[in-house]
Amino acid sequence: MKRIKKYTLLATTVALALGGTLASAQDFKKYGIDKDVPGACSYASMSKKDYKGRTLSVITHAVPVMGEPTDLHAKQFQELTGATVNVVHVPFGDLFQRIMIPFQTGQNAYDVLFYGSLWSGDFHDYLAPVPKKYLDTAGMKDVTPTYRKVATWGDTMVQYTVDADRNYLKYRTDVFNNPEYKKKFKEKTGHDLAVPKTWEEYDEIANFFNGWDWAGDGKPHFGSAEVTKRDDLMFSAFIDRASAYAKNPNVKGGMFFDLKTMEPLINTPGFVKALEMFVKAKRYFPPGGDNFGLGDEIFSFGGGQTLMSYTWDDAFVQAMEPTSKIRFKVGSSPLPGSHEVWNRITKKWDHFDKPNAPAYVTWGWTSAVAKASKNQDMAFDFLCFFSNEANADHDLQIGRFGINPYRNAHFTKSFWADKMGWGKTVGDQYVDTLLTIDRSKNHVFDLRIPGVNQFMSSMATGVSEAMAGQKTPQQALDDVAKEWKQTVNRIGVDKVRAAYANVVKLEDNE
Amino acid sequence: MSADRSKFVFVLPGLIVLVAIILFPLLFTIRVSFSDWDVARPGLDWIGATNYLRLVHDTRFWESFGRLALMAVGSVLLQYMLGFGLALLVWREVRARRFFRVLFLIPMMTTPVIMAVIWRTMFHESLGPVNDLVRLLHFAPLPWLSQAGLAMMSIITVEVWQWTPFMFLMLLAGLLSLPREPFLAAAIDGAGPIRTFLRVTFPMMAPISIGAIIIRLIEASKILDSVYVITSGGPGTATETSSYYIFIRGLRDFQVGYAAALSFTYLVIMAISLTIIAKVLARAMLVRDRA
Repeated sequence: MKRIKKYTLLATTVALALGGTLASAQDFKKYGIDKDVPGACSYASMSKKDYKGRTLSVITHAVPVMGEPTDLHAKQFQELTGATVNVVHVPFGDLFQRIMIPFQTGQNAYDVLFYGSLWSGDFHDYLAPVPKKYLDTAGMKDVTPTYRKVATWGDTMVQYTVDADRNYLKYRTDVFNNPEYKKKFKEKTGHDLAVPKTWEEYDEIANFFNGWDWAGDGKPHFGSAEVTKRDDLMFSAFIDRASAYAKNPNVKGGMFFDLKTMEPLINTPGFVKALEMFVKAKRYFPPGGDNFGLGDEIFSFGGGQTLMSYTWDDAFVQAMEPTSKIRFKVGSSPLPGSHEVWNRITKKWDHFDKPNAPAYVTWGWTSAVAKASKNQDMAFDFLCFFSNEANADHDLQIGRFGINPYRNAHFTKSFWADKMGWGKTVGDQYVDTLLTIDRSKNHVFDLRIPGVNQFMSSMATGVSEAMAGQKTPQQALDDVAKEWKQTVNRIGVDKVRAAYANVVKLEDNE
Repeated sequence: MSADRSKFVFVLPGLIVLVAIILFPLLFTIRVSFSDWDVARPGLDWIGATNYLRLVHDTRFWESFGRLALMAVGSVLLQYMLGFGLALLVWREVRARRFFRVLFLIPMMTTPVIMAVIWRTMFHESLGPVNDLVRLLHFAPLPWLSQAGLAMMSIITVEVWQWTPFMFLMLLAGLLSLPREPFLAAAIDGAGPIRTFLRVTFPMMAPISIGAIIIRLIEASKILDSVYVITSGGPGTATETSSYYIFIRGLRDFQVGYAAALSFTYLVIMAISLTIIAKVLARAMLVRDRA
């Protein structure tokens, strides 16, 4: 009898537990996720927290990129925990100063901050380190080493990874696989039509496919869409092109500066060569292509106007959305490289049989908790919830959210092939491209040093002046180098060097 | 308390608010301009005139003034001519006068930054309707935003579209307030419409014209949103104006101290320039009135 009672009790407990789990899993589906993934950051865990009567202030980007997921998860967090979450949306151009002014004036304006990870050189002193219990969560442990490094300053993780970005090549597979075009290209250039492995090849292909109707829709089409508008992320496009010539994997100690002397290297032949090619590239841009912001670039390639393009994941994800004109006609590949790479030690060009193609881990969105926040417990819980496995899977599927793969789990091929409906060919190639970038031993990172905006802004101005024909590439970059030197001196050589050493350490794989 | 003193008591609160609003930010800006406040050094240290010495050699700042002058004077002159023309058109008895008066005011009621986005789309060189129109007329599409001269012209066009209604409104109000007698006298003397305009309407409108032009010049010299949205100061630095440059230095680069020095210098130069322009305009237009 006793035994029967015991088993009955056990069965009842199991049934209740299972029933409870199923009920809660079902409940959480109303939030748009497939299923809650158990863990410290899960829906179930958050629903046990009680933050009633407490308010969390969050600053983030404007809707939709990063702004929309912040709103969504803030609302969910409110419902689950009882907290009040106030979200402030700020356009990108304003975001830096809206965060920096309260930091510098000692105001406790925001508990949680979403911003571009390239600003970590400016913000790190004002950020609370991520507590160990969050570092030990399964979600955080699954973040790839590359993006853990991006979130870390020195030896301390001060940013909570919620996104990861990298720039890579996108191209039209229907054109590259077209036998007639392959033949014509071979006849005209003497080369086989293949995905470009060097910028010279990119140049040749873009030039060949420029100004005629290769899409068969009665309109002229063009070679390449690139981000060229001065203050609209053009600095990233230039770094994409310049890394191949300026980041010599055999030369340690800095690509943008010589770490020892802190002399700018921006006007050395590697960068100058890249700028000369960027200026020449104008000939295969679509009309107005030398004033394209990121939105224009995405729209131009995604709208089928151009053959190739290179920048962020968002362009690729949007090109593969069900409404896209070019769905299933796009391919991805790491950025082109160069056979010739400048060696600043020997002051000669080094030859690489296999093209040197550094992977540019360009800035992505990141998040952090302010050191001055009085709600650090709740703030970290919010970020932990924001990026939990279920939410991340959900957010990855929506191109306009601007959230891209950053965990090992995100590189599961079946997710992209089946769940996203991209099919095996596109999905597998996408994952392979991202993995190649992630696992590369030849990375370029953003210049995460104090005053990064000053450096990038003067570089973008110089590049733009050369593109507009106001200065020669050499003159333009000489002027940028002069301004960089003044900026380094103004901010403090040691201070900049100390910060730059962190970047160099990552780039040199130390 | 005497009547005179009690007047002051009533005025005092307003005066205090006014001083706080106008004087404090100005004095604070001046103080910040003598500091090294930037991204790496918060706070108000004292570095003397370093920022001012730096801006003397800042060619980008001085070049932006030249572009600003061209953009502001060019757009305000066009706004004045168009605004005056439209005001004259609906001043007299015309059909649907009220409808046209409201219609002409619509651009001014729109949000500048939103309109700048729409104009940018219109000028988009491969996807915008402006080049579609150019193609319809059998011309080659024009690089509206990526060629220096055309980019400048595009921004002036947007400014003229947005702010001509302001001129129209001011000048229409001026025209409606004019006495009828001089026009009757001119008609009795046999003056035709052109002569009446040149000898009666224009001179009588001189004071309000000067006011409207100066107000618009002040506003136009602060042009930022159109430049920011349409060209970001490009191609190169071809459309970079003073206010846009100060915005870049202050809010993008976060060189707060230096941007304050640029702002104060800009303010002084603008105050002097606009005073001179007002005097020149008054002399040119009011002398004609006396003649």
